[in-house]
Amino acid sequence: MDKKNKKSMRMTTILLKTFSLVGLLIAFSCTPDETQVVTEFQDLVFYDEFDTDGLINPDIWGLSDGTGTDGWGNNELQYYTDRTENASVRKGILTIKAVEEDFSGAAYTSARLSTKGLKEQKYGRFEARIKLPTGQGIWPAFWLLGANNGDGTNGTEIWPNSGEIDIMEYRGQAPTIIHGSLHGPGYSAANPITKSYALENDRFDNDFHIFGIEWTASYINYYVDDVLYNQITREQVEEKGVWVFDQPFFIMINLAVGGDFVGAPNNETVFPQTMLVDYVKVYKK
Amino acid sequence: MVQNGKLELTFISTLVNNIKKDKMKTTKYKYIKATLLLLLALSITSCERELSDKAEFATYGTTGNIFIDAPVGLTDQFFVSFDPAGGANTEGFGTDESVTYQGASAIRIDVPAGDDFNGGFIGGIFVDRGTGRNLTGYDALTFWAKGSTTATIGLVGFGTDFIEDKYAVGLENIKLSTDWRKYTIPIPDASKLIQEKGMFIFSAGGIGAFPEMGYTFWMDELKFEKLGTLGQPQPAMANKEDKVETKFLGDQFSMADYGLTQTFNLASGINQTVTAAPSYFSFTSSDIEVARVSDAGIVSLVGSGAAKITASIAGVAVAGSLTINVAGAFPVAPTPSLAASNVISIFSDAYTDEAVDFYNGFWLPFQTTLGGETTIDGQSVLNYTNFNFVGTQLTTPIDISEMTHLSIDILMPEVLPTDIDMLVQLKSDNTDPNTFQQQRIGGQTYAWDPRTGDVNDTESNATFETGGVWKTIKIPIRPTSETGLDKTTVNLIIIENIKNSNVTEFHIDNLYFYKE
Repeated sequence: MDKKNKKSMRMTTILLKTFSLVGLLIAFSCTPDETQVVTEFQDLVFYDEFDTDGLINPDIWGLSDGTGTDGWGNNELQYYTDRTENASVRKGILTIKAVEEDFSGAAYTSARLSTKGLKEQKYGRFEARIKLPTGQGIWPAFWLLGANNGDGTNGTEIWPNSGEIDIMEYRGQAPTIIHGSLHGPGYSAANPITKSYALENDRFDNDFHIFGIEWTASYINYYVDDVLYNQITREQVEEKGVWVFDQPFFIMINLAVGGDFVGAPNNETVFPQTMLVDYVKVYKK
Repeated sequence: MVQNGKLELTFISTLVNNIKKDKMKTTKYKYIKATLLLLLALSITSCERELSDKAEFATYGTTGNIFIDAPVGLTDQFFVSFDPAGGANTEGFGTDESVTYQGASAIRIDVPAGDDFNGGFIGGIFVDRGTGRNLTGYDALTFWAKGSTTATIGLVGFGTDFIEDKYAVGLENIKLSTDWRKYTIPIPDASKLIQEKGMFIFSAGGIGAFPEMGYTFWMDELKFEKLGTLGQPQPAMANKEDKVETKFLGDQFSMADYGLTQTFNLASGINQTVTAAPSYFSFTSSDIEVARVSDAGIVSLVGSGAAKITASIAGVAVAGSLTINVAGAFPVAPTPSLAASNVISIFSDAYTDEAVDFYNGFWLPFQTTLGGETTIDGQSVLNYTNFNFVGTQLTTPIDISEMTHLSIDILMPEVLPTDIDMLVQLKSDNTDPNTFQQQRIGGQTYAWDPRTGDVNDTESNATFETGGVWKTIKIPIRPTSETGLDKTTVNLIIIENIKNSNVTEFHIDNLYFYKE
């Protein structure tokens, strides 16, 4: 998969030199086509293939603890813990598990991993290979948040001014569809710049799929496996608000239960639910 | 499941299997001959076996289409109706060129009113015109449908061929919209369907209470598909419970009686549950000296003790289980002592029985009762399970004017159900539906209907004191002036579970009319 991507990108670079105008036009029509604008990000900066059993690498990942404010701002129902019951590494796979249990006032527990303060980067290719969970009210995500995110003091910025790049969001009740979105000033919360991608003749909870973006100073490309399904340009963003994507971002991977995006689980939702991550890789130019 | 749980079908299927084997043999010889010719012509060596095997495999077509703009590869009659004797209306089936989802033609079904003189419901099957199809490459049967009004179709499915019904699948109570809507019936395990003849089954009754209102619905683009978007199989039995039952040694029953289902999650996020025939399942008994399960899901109780039956489909464990406690031998029913000249027998070893069409009409779509005539430890009895109502129909109406009573021996299960409340009805075939005699049994003493008979008659409104013991019930035949029943043409005996009492299973023997 990885090699294939590299190959197709090299090809497109050549095409880009010759047909850059044509490429741009096709890119705007959002068709998955090899002549889309793709930048070369081949220099692997860091990766985690989760090859050490039992260990979530503390040099890369921090684990959240608690329910945040108002369920992390989305009325989510889970309590994030740093226990191995909710996040563990075994046989090359990171497993994030949503469990139905009473825990400090919450009805569910789960986990959220973040590279905040550990691995932060401006621009690049961010991708992960993930097998998604399933069921009403299940909300996994693979996303980036501006490293300057904070309370607005000491040089930090309040969300959404700090920016958010959602590489993959998914509703467990719609198992063939993922969403790629940008949040920033003028386009946030229920009004992001977003596009959905539906698998043909397959679903995201049956097997692993690669979710990635390629992010430059002028656009962000979204892809699933080898399909480039969207490009959001700086111009498009600036029609709605401010482009806030010229600073380092960190990675978040989490499995939420309930919340405004998906609604609550129902009596058909099976627990526990697991989000399996084969690898996370970050490249630069 | 429709038509399932009929143990006598085992014989037919063995027969069919034998015929199939013979056919396959002949085919194989033919191909070997052809291969030899080929060998001579092309001077190829060493691939005889490979070629003939491949050729044999190709004898079952893989076409998924059933009805697109016309029937695809179906038998000439296209639609094979359920038995009109059971109330099926054969008139309402056809095609429509003006209302279609796509293309030139759609299937049009006019669901009759409940009191339609041609039959009060419609249903039947579509059968492959060849030797059956290999459907292993598909994962669902899909079609588009719409109704003339919003209504509910009782059953759609496939795998029923009126011969084996080996891989029958049913999706129950689908809701029609007045606009076209796509329906998906998942295949519980497609690897089983290497030679399927039952392409489609449906059954629909009218809307509301009797006499139900008729309506029309259309179906189009009926086909097996490889959707690829089905996931999360959740097979189940016995409502996912660990059910425990006590049964008699020598008893035999089908696992189809225990709510076998398969559930797949669709792309829409909906969990679609279908009923699935036992042959999709792989059953395991914890003690084969107590209970044995055949490939067709028939359980035979061969020893005393307890055995737990669990199952899987395609390697996925089935939620729920059935534990059978086998207590002892099946009790012998009382032997009737009346002279044959004073008896009209419906079901008894002591007398010559009147000919019947059936001891269970499997009346779709509302009947759930399974079972019928069976043999337990050498005794011929009627065994009913999953009981809501069941009817015995005589081939020729009988005259019971001279008779004074209807006698029935009933055996309730070892663990006696509470609130037993059943209704026995006698009907004639030529009077209006509202004239009949009915008698409540089970010891309940509240009034039901003026035609119900005397609830204080201890012999007819019998109380069941213990389970596992035969009880003889004698129902007086009452004057036509009280009941409206035409006693000269009685052709139906129906037993109903009224007020949803807890009776789910019982045995019957020695069912006969007599005069004192």
